Amino acid sequence: MVNTVLEVQNITKRFPGVIANDSISFKLNKGEIHALLGENGAGKSTLMNVIYGLYKPDEGQIFINEEAVEVQNPHDAIARGIGMVHQHFMLVPVFTVLENIVLGSETTNGPSLNLRSPRKDIQKIIDQFNLDIDLDTITEDLPVGIQQRVEIIKALYRQVDILVLDEPTAVLTPQEVDDLFKIMRSLVDQGKSIIFITHKLKEVIEIADQITVIRRGKVVGSAKPDEADQQSLATMMVGRDVDMHLHKKKAEPKEMILEVNNLVVKDANGNVEVDDVSFEIKAGEIVGIAGVQGNGQTELVNALVGMIPTESGTVKINGLPATNASPRKVTEMGSAHIPEDRLKDGRVLPFTIADNMVLNTYYLEPFAKSGIRQQEEIKEFAVDLVEKFDVRTPSAENTASSLSGGNHQKEIDAREFSRPINLLIAAQPTRGLDVGSIEYIHHRIIEKRDEGCAVMVVSTELDEIMELSDRIIVMFNGKIIDTVNADEITKEQVGLLMAGVTA
Amino acid sequence: MTDKNNNQDNKFLKHLKKNWAKYTVGILLIVAILYNYDRDPKVTQAVLASMVRHSTPLVLGALCGLIGERSGIINIGIEGQMLISAFAAFMTTAYTGNIIFGVVLGILTGMFMGYLLAIMSIALKLDQIIGGTVLNILALGITSYFYQVGLSMGQKILPIPLGKLADLPLVGRVLFNNPPITYTTFILVFVVHYILFHTKWGLRTRAVGEHPRAADTVGVDVFKIRYVNLIIAGGVAGLAGSFLSLEAVGSFERAMTNGRGFVALAVMIFGRWTPFGAWGAALLFGFASAMQTQINFSGALDIPYQFISMLPYLLTIVVLAGFVGRSRAPAASGVPYEKEG
Repeated sequence: MVNTVLEVQNITKRFPGVIANDSISFKLNKGEIHALLGENGAGKSTLMNVIYGLYKPDEGQIFINEEAVEVQNPHDAIARGIGMVHQHFMLVPVFTVLENIVLGSETTNGPSLNLRSPRKDIQKIIDQFNLDIDLDTITEDLPVGIQQRVEIIKALYRQVDILVLDEPTAVLTPQEVDDLFKIMRSLVDQGKSIIFITHKLKEVIEIADQITVIRRGKVVGSAKPDEADQQSLATMMVGRDVDMHLHKKKAEPKEMILEVNNLVVKDANGNVEVDDVSFEIKAGEIVGIAGVQGNGQTELVNALVGMIPTESGTVKINGLPATNASPRKVTEMGSAHIPEDRLKDGRVLPFTIADNMVLNTYYLEPFAKSGIRQQEEIKEFAVDLVEKFDVRTPSAENTASSLSGGNHQKEIDAREFSRPINLLIAAQPTRGLDVGSIEYIHHRIIEKRDEGCAVMVVSTELDEIMELSDRIIVMFNGKIIDTVNADEITKEQVGLLMAGVTA
Repeated sequence: MTDKNNNQDNKFLKHLKKNWAKYTVGILLIVAILYNYDRDPKVTQAVLASMVRHSTPLVLGALCGLIGERSGIINIGIEGQMLISAFAAFMTTAYTGNIIFGVVLGILTGMFMGYLLAIMSIALKLDQIIGGTVLNILALGITSYFYQVGLSMGQKILPIPLGKLADLPLVGRVLFNNPPITYTTFILVFVVHYILFHTKWGLRTRAVGEHPRAADTVGVDVFKIRYVNLIIAGGVAGLAGSFLSLEAVGSFERAMTNGRGFVALAVMIFGRWTPFGAWGAALLFGFASAMQTQINFSGALDIPYQFISMLPYLLTIVVLAGFVGRSRAPAASGVPYEKEG
């Protein structure tokens, strides 16, 4: 007999201008990992916030253990046995792990805080689920994967039976994802139930027991992982056939666009991050920079676009000197930059989406005339881009900070791809995006190449490098360890090079 | 076994490495004091007692600041809170003749000012620097307007020697022969430390000051914590005000806080937002003030007194310029909290 621990019926949640959830229903059974699969902005997080009591639904009903309930606030949700691990961790960075876990459910000993008996209880939980963590470490000193574990223990300590994981793998390395999946298995084996929110098809098939697909706020289907494959799920999620493989013509490299000679870049502490790097990119080719995060790619990009100074070496764009040029100069030379961290660089979050769309062209005609901003022009331009790049927002007048997940990426892609450019430097252009959006961005990048643009793609995703690149440069420890033609090398070989192994 | 020892050694060395400056200054000070005590016990004792006197309003001011800031609200209105409380305490005492009434009203006035700051910065989400400035201007305006020349309150609060303790050499006169608000201050340092680091309320206060949303998601009422902390902090500033008019001077003068509220902020930062740190820092500032008086009084140095009077303020500038960057404020201080949804 199947035991339904949580059921949502016809949940509808409206925000000004959008229906985030449109009559959504699904059931979660005991001991099950239930994946909610959907694109960026499909309404998954809204639904979870409704279940967790952060939002009030406009319509619909929630049942916990077959009893109709109204969840007033997170505290109430926890009391009813629902715990949530947010995408952005809710941990106090300067607290110890132990302090973070007990916060809000403290036990006292007279007037004093009692940490001794919770410590025992928490240690029991840690042992029971094999979570392996030191309770006295300061939280901010822990790697992201372990911080996530603290969040999970926090929920377990509050004796929840249902655990909601909101895009838990977005911030993790592949190794950490494996560890997380082990923990998830161990949790459901011992009677907990998990709602797993994601847009990653591979993970869904690997870990879920039941899959519910959401598109534009509606449930569009459900599946069992052993009956589904990535292709069918992708189609369901995006609402059209998604081509999982890129079809591109052979590159026809033309004139030289970017020349980098003996470039050396040091970080603020004087460590050499980019070590004597030379390469060139011609018009009409895509060069992928592969490498494990932290091998100098970030610094290389930042130096090329003028965000940090170079130590020595030269950079030429279109044959003109561009060493240590300012970001605006680099932009005006016809290059576009998609920064790695789109929440920090490249945009002003409290500004409207419209203003962000013209952030590097605001001073040019037609957006400004004799120093006066042309509001109408800017708005028209932005509305057009929002539409074209499918940025999910009620309007272009909303602030950039109001965007959800991958829409930040889409916004910046829209801006950079819409300018006339002959050099595109894209760092992690699809990080955090769902398959539909990845497909779209990849096609755009190839389109730019075919228009005669020189493209440099930095990515830590091996698949992306292999799919997109005509040539691949592998960086290791700040040096270029090898440069290869993409059709003459296998994924495994690139993987080895990324680990620093040369043949 | 050796491993563990090694570990402890390492920890100790690390601690030393981090705090060597503090220890060096501390040891030098103690040596200097003992040396002077040997040469001239009377003057040394007088200077030290004056140091404690000068430090009291600074400790209280800093406690007020850190109680608020630990919960995420920057309070630059300490000056104003102290000033108006000093006024209220003095006026009450002058009209009723009862010093206890005076102190109580001083504290209540401070609490009310804290409540005002709370409304401005929590409910109205006003910029907290502006909110504090409002308090300062308000206090200066009100007290100047209602100030009456010629009022007097009779005897100011007198020291109470604590029996035999007060006869101890060196420290006796300094620590155990003080008026009640000064004793209360000593106790408050321990009490605030205990609450902040050993109670549920303290844990929640610190969480709210660092990451209010995290606290909110586990059911901590961010607004309540901030309101209560600011009101209590206001009471502590009120006590500082009462100290100034009733215990230190015995009358009220226009703008008598004389920048102490701001020095208290420097003290709080120098003390790294901890009560004991603030105490130490306040004693250092108090010592500078005491030395200033002593040097001017004795005329030992041939420097115009205006320069020597700068001593405590110079110290403030040096400390703020040198240490502010290095110590870390509660992450959420100064940021109004908005609930989601």
